[in-house]
Amino acid sequence: MPDAPADIRYVAKNMRLDLRLIAEMIPRGAKVLDIGCGDGALIEHLAREKGADARGIEIDMAEVAKAVSAGLAVIHGDADHDLAFYPDGGFDYVVLSRTLQAVEKPREVLRQMLRIGAHAIVSFPNFGHWQMRWRLLTRGRMPDTETWNRPWYETPNIHPCTILDFLALCEMEGYAVERWLAVDERGLKAPWRRSVRLANLFGEQALFQLRRAS
Amino acid sequence: MAQAIAPFPEVAHQHVVFPDGLALDCGAVILPLTVAFRTYGTLNAARTNAVLVCHALTGDQYLAEPHPVTGKPGWWQSIVGPGKPLDTDRFFLVCANVLGGCMGSTGPRSEMTDAEGRGLGRPWGTDFPQVTIRDMVRAQKRLMEHLGIARWLAVVGGSMGGMQVLEWAATYPESVFAAAPIACAAHHSAQNIAFHEVGRQAIHGDPDWKGGRYWEDGRIPARGLAVARMVAHITYLSEQALTRKFGRRLRGAPALTFLEDVFEVESYLRHQGSTFVRRFDANSYLTITRAMDFFDLAAEHDGDLAAAFRGTTTRFFLCSFSSDWLFPTSESRAIVRALNAAGASVSFLEIASDKGHDAFLLEEPEFHAALGGFLRGAAEKAGV
Repeated sequence: MPDAPADIRYVAKNMRLDLRLIAEMIPRGAKVLDIGCGDGALIEHLAREKGADARGIEIDMAEVAKAVSAGLAVIHGDADHDLAFYPDGGFDYVVLSRTLQAVEKPREVLRQMLRIGAHAIVSFPNFGHWQMRWRLLTRGRMPDTETWNRPWYETPNIHPCTILDFLALCEMEGYAVERWLAVDERGLKAPWRRSVRLANLFGEQALFQLRRAS
Repeated sequence: MAQAIAPFPEVAHQHVVFPDGLALDCGAVILPLTVAFRTYGTLNAARTNAVLVCHALTGDQYLAEPHPVTGKPGWWQSIVGPGKPLDTDRFFLVCANVLGGCMGSTGPRSEMTDAEGRGLGRPWGTDFPQVTIRDMVRAQKRLMEHLGIARWLAVVGGSMGGMQVLEWAATYPESVFAAAPIACAAHHSAQNIAFHEVGRQAIHGDPDWKGGRYWEDGRIPARGLAVARMVAHITYLSEQALTRKFGRRLRGAPALTFLEDVFEVESYLRHQGSTFVRRFDANSYLTITRAMDFFDLAAEHDGDLAAAFRGTTTRFFLCSFSSDWLFPTSESRAIVRALNAAGASVSFLEIASDKGHDAFLLEEPEFHAALGGFLRGAAEKAGV
């Protein structure tokens, strides 16, 4: 069973809580690619506070415009089509936050992330959360929660998975889980880190740091 | 000095002469080399705030001041000035007329010289050697050395200016801290070459062109050059922009009479053509369009565009416009992907605009904000 994350002390201000947790996982001076970087909050933080060479890819042009106007190295693009153009081992960390469930080919995206980066940091909403199970069981309809808040016919989240599903994929693909944690919707760490099964039941979001097992 | 070719007014341009000349890609040597240029803002004591702005096919060095021939505002006037994206409080802007141009830099209108640099008493005309985008950049490099600038804080340009920016970054990476190629491509497409060829044929077909020796009787191939400009102008706009500006409206008539009707769009294009011939030399037009057609940055690196940028530390900003079909977004994206493959730092966005290729010269606040932000970020990183 993978280890719980090392103690995280540094807390960034004015940033989405899940991005703070990710920022804390990345060491000073690292070379980072943030896929789905939005307006560039994480890469700006990493560049300013941690001396990182941080770059981003974002699919929403309005967000790209904001990031570029702030002087950040952000390109318009997406995880499914643009990662293939990056060279092997070009980055120390490749980050994909709350996006894996929305890409066309999650398995290929993970492969690309661990081809171009020494480490991958991936977060995704956990479809195994008890509320999802309960709603599906009691109502027999697709769950409608704070995280999964769009109807099935228009949700961008076309590849939902549970924490156990993700661990199974990592094992199949030969990825080593360096750290993991389950967090609640606001990105606060949840206290189920000793048990994957409990995390899969009570964690709304999952955060993983992977590397290629070699 | 070159003799005046009527009806061109002889205008004195700020310039520098390099008596040792310039060796060109084609093997010829231009001797001496003259580079006409303008500057805006103040070079700082450390000489680190210089920004080179590269002009497009029919642009020139009059970036942000009234044009000496037409009296019109500078071609990028709207983004140059204190607090503007090209901030003259912060940057020292340099803009040079390209090699082969007709606003003071050595070109087909200049006096032809022999191998020893002696004047032959006639313009180069079609005997002017074929120059390349890289030759243009080499001429700008000479100007840079003359100005005592070791590294450009940024090199910025759109369209053919963007080609020069790419060539700068590929040829002199250590001289370019940041590069902003706008609305351009790493090679000229077959479609673009085709449009250029229509323009060139229009010039060649004008009896007044006289095989390029039109200076002999003081006439210019005005008809042919105007048609070339009209064709080119269509490629700078978009279907939406033409519809929005002109639709099917007629000039001076409410409805079609099938007699002397002139659509507004026709009238507009004729005006564009007729004003252009008063400021631009036909042989320069032939020379520069050819230079654009020849441009293929990947070909200079065994077909691998990424190889042109491998190991670069230059920061890049690319920007395209959604309705630009002359240099479509796909061309910019191809450059971005090559830069990613080369491990370069890149910013890239596409601006939603219906103004076609010309958008890079027009009021596009989102583009201006992005360019300004990129340049501020680069200046901050460079400690300027």
